Amino acid sequence: MKTHINLFIAFFRSGILGFGGGPSAIPLVHKEVVTTFKWMNDDEFSDVLALGNTLPGPINTKMAGYIGYHVAGVLGMINAVLSSIVPSILMMIVLLTTLTTFKDQPWVVGMTRGVIPIVVVMMAVLTWDFFKKSNQGLGWKISVTLLLVSFLLIELVHIHPGIVIALLLAYALLKPNKQKNEEIERQKGTN
Amino acid sequence: MIYWELFLAFFIPGILGYGGGPASIPLVEYEVVAKYQWMTVEEFSEVLALGNALPGPIATKMAGYIGYEVGGVFGAVVGVFATVAPSLILMIALLGLLYKFKDSPKVKNMTALVRPTIAILLGVLTYRFLESSYVGAGIWHTLFLIIASFLLLEKWKVHPAFVIVGGLGYGAIFLSF
Repeated sequence: MKTHINLFIAFFRSGILGFGGGPSAIPLVHKEVVTTFKWMNDDEFSDVLALGNTLPGPINTKMAGYIGYHVAGVLGMINAVLSSIVPSILMMIVLLTTLTTFKDQPWVVGMTRGVIPIVVVMMAVLTWDFFKKSNQGLGWKISVTLLLVSFLLIELVHIHPGIVIALLLAYALLKPNKQKNEEIERQKGTN
Repeated sequence: MIYWELFLAFFIPGILGYGGGPASIPLVEYEVVAKYQWMTVEEFSEVLALGNALPGPIATKMAGYIGYEVGGVFGAVVGVFATVAPSLILMIALLGLLYKFKDSPKVKNMTALVRPTIAILLGVLTYRFLESSYVGAGIWHTLFLIIASFLLLEKWKVHPAFVIVGGLGYGAIFLSF
């Protein structure tokens, strides 16, 4: 029982204090799991984070679920995931349904108008972030080519974005690993 | 039927969104606005705005609220389950296998290769929000709010929750026409 209360505290706290989506809450989860409750050491935590990144989907719930499972089995997993997501979902539902009840009021219409430009800025910053990282990861030539091809396929040919992403993922998985082969070649050469 | 659609609408972005919750925002928008038409772009941007003003993971907040709007409490449960469960089950089930691959360049390639596509999707979504703001609030209010919130968020590092509350207040007073 104590473990479950601690799991609740750890994931409730890191969920309710983390703004800006799951990835930005990872340092908070780290603090709870490694420093406060000592369920894992630093290395184990970074292993779990690396594992989580090999899979798609929200990172925060993968971390919470896996760590909860590691600490207290299936019940621990459910407890940790729910503690990290339910409070914010409830706040969201209460706030937004309150707003939509008054959606015919001019001041509520105004509120929506006032907030969209801010979303524009946040989304633009996020876009820029992904653009920068994709240039760093792939080099600007490949990155810009992929940008143009994705734009063509999704916006002009109207292919479902999921199909484009699935194809890219399949390509990354099946592509022979050039760097590794070169290394092997080099090692053969020196032997 | 509606629950099956809700499941698909959140399962697909969940299983394809590499790079955590924020990367799945445009994928969710595609399902919710373009495909199933449960919401308009304005409504979706409102969900995003309040989602950003509140703490906690963004993907599950969107899934929970949109699921609730479309299919009540059970709809919320389905949306959140479809977002969270597939990747979590994979993670626990494939633990041993994943351990072998966690430092593999292939995994890094996967994340790197989908980034340009996510960037495009985010960029297009940004443009659509800009368009709807231009139509709703007009060019001058839009410009003013964009410049002000950019300075507040990026230059002076004001907490997004305060900026969004500020935008709500500004809109209630100056944009309620």
